[in-house]
Amino acid sequence: MRPLPPGPPGTPPRAAPAAADVVLDVDGLDVDIATGQGTLHAVRDLTFQARRGETLCIVGESGCGKSMTSLAIMGLLPRAARRRARRLAFLGEDLAAATERRVNALRGSRMAMIFQEPMTALNPAYTIGNQLMEPYLHHRGGHADEARTRAIDLLEKVGIASAAQRLGQYPHQLSGGLRQRVMIAMALMCGPELLIADEPSTALDVTIQAQILRLLAQLQRELGIAMVLITHDLGVVARIADRVAVMYAGEIVEHGAASEIFAMPHHPYTRGLLDCIPVPGRTAPGGRLGTIAGVVPSLVGELKGCAFRDRCRHAQPACAQTIPVLGAPPGQRWRCILEALPATVAAEPA
Amino acid sequence: MIRVSALTRTFTVAAGFLRPKRLLHAVNGVDLAIDRGDVLGIVGESGCGKSTLARMLLGLIPPTSGSIAIDGQDLSRLSRLKLARRLQPVFQDPYSSLNPRRSIASIVALPLEVHGIGTTTERRRRAIDMLERVGLPARHAASTPGQLSGGQRQRVAIARALVMQPEVVICDEPTSALDVSVQAQILNLLLDLRRDFDLTYVFISHNLAVVEHVATRVAVMYLGKVVEEADTADLFRNPRHPYTRALLASVLTPEPGLGLPETGLGLAFPDPINPPPGCTFHPRCPQRMANCSLQVPTPLKDAGGLVACHLYPASPSPRPLPSLQTSSIRTSS
Amino acid sequence: MPGSTRVSALPEVAVILPEDLPRSRLPGRIRRNTALLVGGGLLLLILLVALLAPWLSPHDPYAQDLVNRTAPPVWMNRGSWLHPLGTDPLGRDYLSRLLYGARISLLIGISVAIISGLIGTTMGLLAGYFGGRTDMLVSFLVTTRLSMPVILVALATVALVGGSLWVVILVLGLLKWDRFAVVMRSATQQVRSLDYVAAAQSAGASTPRILLGEVLPNVMPHLIVVATLEAASAILLEAALSFLGLGVQPPLPSWGLMISEAKAYMFFSFWLIAIPGTALAVLIFAINLCGDGLHDLLSPEGRS
Repeated sequence: MRPLPPGPPGTPPRAAPAAADVVLDVDGLDVDIATGQGTLHAVRDLTFQARRGETLCIVGESGCGKSMTSLAIMGLLPRAARRRARRLAFLGEDLAAATERRVNALRGSRMAMIFQEPMTALNPAYTIGNQLMEPYLHHRGGHADEARTRAIDLLEKVGIASAAQRLGQYPHQLSGGLRQRVMIAMALMCGPELLIADEPSTALDVTIQAQILRLLAQLQRELGIAMVLITHDLGVVARIADRVAVMYAGEIVEHGAASEIFAMPHHPYTRGLLDCIPVPGRTAPGGRLGTIAGVVPSLVGELKGCAFRDRCRHAQPACAQTIPVLGAPPGQRWRCILEALPATVAAEPA
Repeated sequence: MIRVSALTRTFTVAAGFLRPKRLLHAVNGVDLAIDRGDVLGIVGESGCGKSTLARMLLGLIPPTSGSIAIDGQDLSRLSRLKLARRLQPVFQDPYSSLNPRRSIASIVALPLEVHGIGTTTERRRRAIDMLERVGLPARHAASTPGQLSGGQRQRVAIARALVMQPEVVICDEPTSALDVSVQAQILNLLLDLRRDFDLTYVFISHNLAVVEHVATRVAVMYLGKVVEEADTADLFRNPRHPYTRALLASVLTPEPGLGLPETGLGLAFPDPINPPPGCTFHPRCPQRMANCSLQVPTPLKDAGGLVACHLYPASPSPRPLPSLQTSSIRTSS
Repeated sequence: MPGSTRVSALPEVAVILPEDLPRSRLPGRIRRNTALLVGGGLLLLILLVALLAPWLSPHDPYAQDLVNRTAPPVWMNRGSWLHPLGTDPLGRDYLSRLLYGARISLLIGISVAIISGLIGTTMGLLAGYFGGRTDMLVSFLVTTRLSMPVILVALATVALVGGSLWVVILVLGLLKWDRFAVVMRSATQQVRSLDYVAAAQSAGASTPRILLGEVLPNVMPHLIVVATLEAASAILLEAALSFLGLGVQPPLPSWGLMISEAKAYMFFSFWLIAIPGTALAVLIFAINLCGDGLHDLLSPEGRS
């Protein structure tokens, strides 16, 4: 069967970003939550960078800690959670050491975030215009007229026609796709340099999802912002990411350029995930899909060795010890004792 | 085996305090034929009516007009119990489809209890057998749903659906709420059980890749109508309706380098309370013609399946059709 | 070791916790729930005392010791251990009356909660489950009932029929079902929309079986909380009615009646009013605390 056509001239794969400016530098991020049964290590020793003009996708299943990561970077963790990092810097400025006031000044203006649920991320009691102008007025000061003009510009940029009329509408009068566009416009009001999008298209219909992602990719190219996109959908990752970080049980288990990771995954979990997904045109219809046996281990208490070893086909006794981070140029890293995965074996029964 | 004819379902919706009530045509004239052994995939996005259709098939809500017949018998005439022996559901949300206050053995045994099949011990035995069949060992029998993971709960839901050995299982987005790795396990399980129990599935999903993998035939729904229906291979190889094409183009497969698709659908979004006149898809259609906003297209039934689009007229018209406009028309709402 | 994925109270984040068994965690959660411990403990104590009243009371609550009328409690001068809490103006031992009065208050609280609970829960369940006309009818009945002031209706009824313990219980039971109906209705509506109800319907279960087997167990937490609050309210209402002379009739040792009889002596022998008043306050406090604790205990589990 032939693979799906790529569609009329769409976004070509991106060339490597011109400037290697590191906008977000995360090194050794840990997030711990105290629970009744002990300390939950939600995020463990996370290291990655987001560069200007580049999209980094953090991908993982539920419970892997990807949402916690975004909240940790923005300083929006719940009170019970504790964050530690060797380095957590935004454009060279240390976020971990910054005062609450400074973080507030950065949040919403130079570091922006988009959330998953467009239904609940907008305040139903205020008009779109109100919510759009608020971050601008708060961070930049200036007249309401300036803010209004900018709001209209951005609404048009995100593809909403009759923007001036839209300003007076309330969130419930818009569809999910439109609300998400408004959220994107809101995030861009103050010209951020970093955009964190937490599952921005998951709650949307399939056809709208493609539009929103195209919009994000286009805006990123035009404005040269660094984008960190968090998702559980490998399809989204393949199509939009420059670099990919695969998370499992709180850790990044594989990190590298999107093309390389999909072509040659090095970590058994990545390979397992790719085998699970039915691809029209590639997986035999009605056939068995690859599976990953077992469940995610508990992250409470002391954790030693590889968190994936109970589910891994290639597990060895050495996996119970500290796992090295292996690397292959030009920038692929993975947490495994294996240098390379053996050739694909037949899928295991479920 | 199951014949759905001109099925409609409308709801009255309050539009505000002093304004008159509006009609929502959730399902607006659907014809379907499901043969024994088929896996009919029903795809569509929010507002297309697939969930309402599922509930009507299960007999949970009555149709406003039209009929559903199973082996010639009208569904509304079948008693609740007789229907239950032939048709069972698997729902989307593993967290709300199981009663949190019951043990899973009693959840799976409930249909047997309702129908008075066997003694209490026999029912329990059968329930536990079924649980093992779906991959949950007997030691979980006394657990409550809160102690199980999403995938395990979905297995319980499947066991409950199959414990009375129905003929048809209506799966309403059975894997949408699950992680990818768990989804694969559940899909494998569903396919295995279909073979073992000789089941017919109606598989409702918005995930086209999954539908392509499991379904034998696919029906595409939009705003309450079936706009295209064909064998899976045919539909994916040669989609005819512009909406089907857009849907297929929107599928993001994990193949880097292909970029993001341009569906050409524009910003208009479907409003079931206020459907556009004529072909309800026309405001978003990249191949819209002049009469698309005037006439509802008659479905064309041929060897390839069914398609309801003016590009494929059902009968030769007396005057020549206006020329096809294939340029992308971006509409704004 | 295998874990289970559970969505915690944190938004949009699934937190992995070790295998948790709600039933076996219950003792731990009860231990940490101060409101339930204190309230429940007090309530249990009062219940015990009421049950064992015949054995704990030093005297017959109706026996009049005319020599020792209006005797003060033992901690005041002129008090004696013969009547540890003193006597009332008719010479009846106050401690004994207090203990027997607990029986009356508890009896009223429990009976009214049961009667109004049955009526209100049935109405709420039916309205929430069926919706449509049934819902409209029940809403109409609730609105009508809410427009009636309970005390005045109770007063009028008692004035017509004459006051007695059972009249009070019946009147209050037939009037106080509104909160049950409202809460059960909304709880049922929430449960109604869940898939396990649809699954039970698809399995062919009849409506009574669904209501009793699927819906009721899952709205039970709400029921219990409302029941405790209504019981407390009923006890207070009875005290008020008795105080006004239109509830329980003398010589029954209802706490409300005792307060009423003591109001003339309030400034001279304040213990006559203070003792039953305090007892009433403690009982209501215990019930409300218990209800609070139960609500906290049951709500995370009740979140389906």
